[in-house]
Amino acid sequence: MSVALSGAMPAAGRRSRPWRLPPSLLALPLLAFLLIFYAYPLASMLARSVYDQGWTFSGFGALAGDAVFWRVLGTTAQVAFVVTLVCLLLGYPVAYVMSRVRSGTANLLMVLVLIPFWTSILVRTYAWMALLGRRGIVNNALIAMGVVDQPLQLMNTRFAVYLAMVHVLLPFMILPLYAVLRGLDWRLVQAAEGLGAGPLGAFRQVVLPLSLPGIAAGCVLVFTLALGFYITPVLVGSGSDVMLSMLIGDLVNRLDWPRASAMAVVLLAMVLGVFALLARLVPLGRVLQGGR
Amino acid sequence: MPTLRRAILYSLAGLVLAFLFLPVLVVVPLSFSSARYLSFPPPGFSLQWYENFFSRAAWTDATWMSLWTAVASTILAVLLGVPAAIGLTRGRFPGRALAQALILSPVVAPGIVVAIGLYYVYARYGMVGRPVALVVAQAALAVPFVVINVSAALGGVDRRLEQAALNLGATPWGAFRQVTLPLIRPGIFAGAIFAFVTAFDELLIALFLAGTTAVTLPRRMWEQLNYSIDPTIAAASSLLIALTTLLLGGAEILRRRAERQRTTPAE
Repeated sequence: MSVALSGAMPAAGRRSRPWRLPPSLLALPLLAFLLIFYAYPLASMLARSVYDQGWTFSGFGALAGDAVFWRVLGTTAQVAFVVTLVCLLLGYPVAYVMSRVRSGTANLLMVLVLIPFWTSILVRTYAWMALLGRRGIVNNALIAMGVVDQPLQLMNTRFAVYLAMVHVLLPFMILPLYAVLRGLDWRLVQAAEGLGAGPLGAFRQVVLPLSLPGIAAGCVLVFTLALGFYITPVLVGSGSDVMLSMLIGDLVNRLDWPRASAMAVVLLAMVLGVFALLARLVPLGRVLQGGR
Repeated sequence: MPTLRRAILYSLAGLVLAFLFLPVLVVVPLSFSSARYLSFPPPGFSLQWYENFFSRAAWTDATWMSLWTAVASTILAVLLGVPAAIGLTRGRFPGRALAQALILSPVVAPGIVVAIGLYYVYARYGMVGRPVALVVAQAALAVPFVVINVSAALGGVDRRLEQAALNLGATPWGAFRQVTLPLIRPGIFAGAIFAFVTAFDELLIALFLAGTTAVTLPRRMWEQLNYSIDPTIAAASSLLIALTTLLLGGAEILRRRAERQRTTPAE
């Protein structure tokens, strides 16, 4: 009796709703919202580079013969490359140490990474302006110690761009590296050492190859973000450190949409190209969860 | 020899962490300085820059604009993002990977490209200078954080619990509200916190869409940084650091709670 009842109840409940919507429909409102307010505007702006009351390639044509564009493209690629390399060299030891210490210590070190990570880029760039300015903290300290007589030109230099950009982007390198190194089977290292490998050999032949996915993910993230950097280079760079994004912003302010949209296509293609090559390696989800 | 190598490695990591953390803290003593312009160490203690920040309409108006548009964006992002996360984790449909890519794309797309794209179309509809344009744009940038965190939380919910509720006569909505929702609530709140911080800090879109009538706090700071380094910015920055740290702490507590509430074994 009771069995029959418990069997009948949910069936009755189900019958009272003859159709059940597939759960995938729940994604529709967000997709519609993004298509209307985000993807459509973006696509129309990008399409502007090839279509304006008829097909045209005048924007790209203008870029091809524009020496400024090519110089800025070179600067952008160079800055992004150097920043990525420095981030890797600085980030790897941090991620390595974080994966070797006790989990309590690792969590504490993680706080030191995450607080700057989530602090506004404007605030962090302002801090570098306060540090590197003519009457900034670094110059004052150098003069007080008698290292230099005259304040050094630190602000509005390529050096300042590298320094501030590495500072902003370093967490994007450390987080994926740490995620991979933490999951590494460290007994393999012991085995290698037991078989006669030196510590450096074990690192080079075991740890480094196994952490390649983390290296790739961190480099992709840092490189693509650096390619599109705007705020930091504007504030701490000089006239010769113009990045692609700054040029695009300038062109839009002058309402030169053909060139601006063509340049936006170039920038986006570079970013998507790098991502397409290595997308499967990038644990974007982990970064978006605030680093965990 | 191994201990020496270890010492070098650990001090190198320590130096890098100091490089990451200390510059952020530099602005705090500057904000309490009695000097009219940048000098370090500050010659004396004063609250004048905080007074400035809280008494000048240009700063307070911008702060309110940022606060309410960020709150509105967060609410919008949660209302759209939570159902979408359920749809994406529970549903199987063609183009699902593409939909996921679209939702996550605002995080990796260059900010300037997104900003001028929105400006290109929004300007045509007279949306420049309207706070609602900021709300919509910031929500698009913030929603990935909601979707990712809620998806992760959903991955921790044992579906047999929902099945049990359905078998016991609950409607699908009832099962969701009484079983699933309480389990994913920490994930929703964590996603909302990250969404809020993202919306609150957004600058590039505000540069193009804010006009002169919807000036946010980052936009105001940007203008100040381009003209003068008035220490009021140090006060604003210190307040932002405090807010971020507070919100991050909240997110961390929620993450631990979510970890405890897992009903499926952690991977």
